[in-house]
Amino acid sequence: MSPADLRGAVAIVGVGQAGCGEARGRTEMEILAEASRLAVADAGLTMDQIDGLATASSSSAMWGLSVVEYLGLRPRFVDSTMIGGSSFVAHMMPAMLALASGQCDAVLVCYGSTQRTATINRAAIKRARRQLEPHPYEDPYEPLPPLTSYALAAARHMHQYGTTREQLAHVAVAARQWARLNPEAFMRDPLTVADVLASRMVSDPLTVRDSCLVTDGAGAYVMVRADRARDLPREPAYVLGNATAIWHKQISAMPDLTVTAAAESGRRAYEMAGVGPADIDVLELYDAFTINTLLFLEDLGFCPKGEAGRFVEGGAIAPGGSLPVNTNGGGLSCVHPGMYGVFITIEAVRQLRGACGERQVDGAHLALVHGNGGTLSSQSTAILGTRETL
Amino acid sequence: MATMNAEQSAPGAQRAYFTHLAEGRFLIQRCGACDRHVFYPRVLCVHCGSPRLDWVAPAGTGTVYSTSIVRRKAEDGGDYNVALVDLDEGVRMMSRIEGVALDRIAIGMRVRARIAAGDEGPVVVFDPARGDER
Repeated sequence: MSPADLRGAVAIVGVGQAGCGEARGRTEMEILAEASRLAVADAGLTMDQIDGLATASSSSAMWGLSVVEYLGLRPRFVDSTMIGGSSFVAHMMPAMLALASGQCDAVLVCYGSTQRTATINRAAIKRARRQLEPHPYEDPYEPLPPLTSYALAAARHMHQYGTTREQLAHVAVAARQWARLNPEAFMRDPLTVADVLASRMVSDPLTVRDSCLVTDGAGAYVMVRADRARDLPREPAYVLGNATAIWHKQISAMPDLTVTAAAESGRRAYEMAGVGPADIDVLELYDAFTINTLLFLEDLGFCPKGEAGRFVEGGAIAPGGSLPVNTNGGGLSCVHPGMYGVFITIEAVRQLRGACGERQVDGAHLALVHGNGGTLSSQSTAILGTRETL
Repeated sequence: MATMNAEQSAPGAQRAYFTHLAEGRFLIQRCGACDRHVFYPRVLCVHCGSPRLDWVAPAGTGTVYSTSIVRRKAEDGGDYNVALVDLDEGVRMMSRIEGVALDRIAIGMRVRARIAAGDEGPVVVFDPARGDER
């Protein structure tokens, strides 16, 4: 058996979001449960039909247990793998294996965070994290977690390939232009390259506008086997490929700061799906920082290594450009509650359903979702398609 | 009754590294099996998996691989540098470049290691190598 045997064997049949932006007095579990309820209803299923669960938390060590308990599930499959923001893309493959083998029949993937409005002090979390998960060879130098690590990657890309701050700013501007077409996006005011360049520098060369939002939000999606998907109310988004690659955790251990493990996860996902970059209609890339989008465009084969800055400066990834990227407005302008992977998956499904209103990409049949976690550490690529692509 | 051999009774690699620093010695590891250097200190070689790691003194010279200025309010201590330095032995480490204005720290700059006092113990920092002060 090879991964390609699972191509199209499973589909995403329901999606839901809740509490995006500011959760207004609700807990992260409450908005997670609300998003899950919406996703299960969207799938035409009931919660008692969910017998598989994939979830992750950046603060709770036994989060899967808490979610099982809160939702009242009796799962036959649980995956609480936590590899950062890419987790909810990486959760696809184990779920596919569990569904294909008959271990379970319907998997709920879900996440929620109230990092924006929760009363717990973020400085206290930072101190606790340093105690619980020390990094003795980095912590003494006080890199901002995780921003300075991405800044070091951006600085190296600029040095090696002549990438400019203006080109990075074009990534943020394109994301904002998409967000302006999305009524659900958190930041929808106009944004120019000059605005980004003039915004507050945090860790050179990255400004606050090169950085993702700090919002609340929860998202969930439901996966079933393809044969069952056909009988459910929504047009299925079939999982044609999914692969995850991890090469390091700390930025000081990343072999080459201009090449991410997306080069490997992308290659394996394309191979499983039997498609290549030229076939993709819409991309949802995890843009924790503007440099991410550039690195992933290169590593996933949409332009040669070192060329992504020049590729984006002409508006190629903005609405009306040649390559629709981050059509919800991205982590930069739509939503970013600590970990963002579930939201790029949801946006890809919505694009394949043709349900995106003003921001809908015409003829979107093949979507690439790419999740990132840690400090460019974990990379997970998924390729989703409509029934025409099977 | 079991007796511990020398290897089992020795402190772990992490404690040994910081003990060396406290004694004024910056030591890294070299693998006795594949001859490559290893950083940060481990109990097995990250290249070949061998446990035969020896402590060696690096030349202490290296090159700035990447660098950032972290912006911080003056009342909290002001801006500071975070850098990645490639030692001439072929390993990379996070550090801080001192002894030069923040805006003069550049990728490619040659630097030399020095042990400095940190808030929680000794740390390795780097100064511009002789001939590379600007």
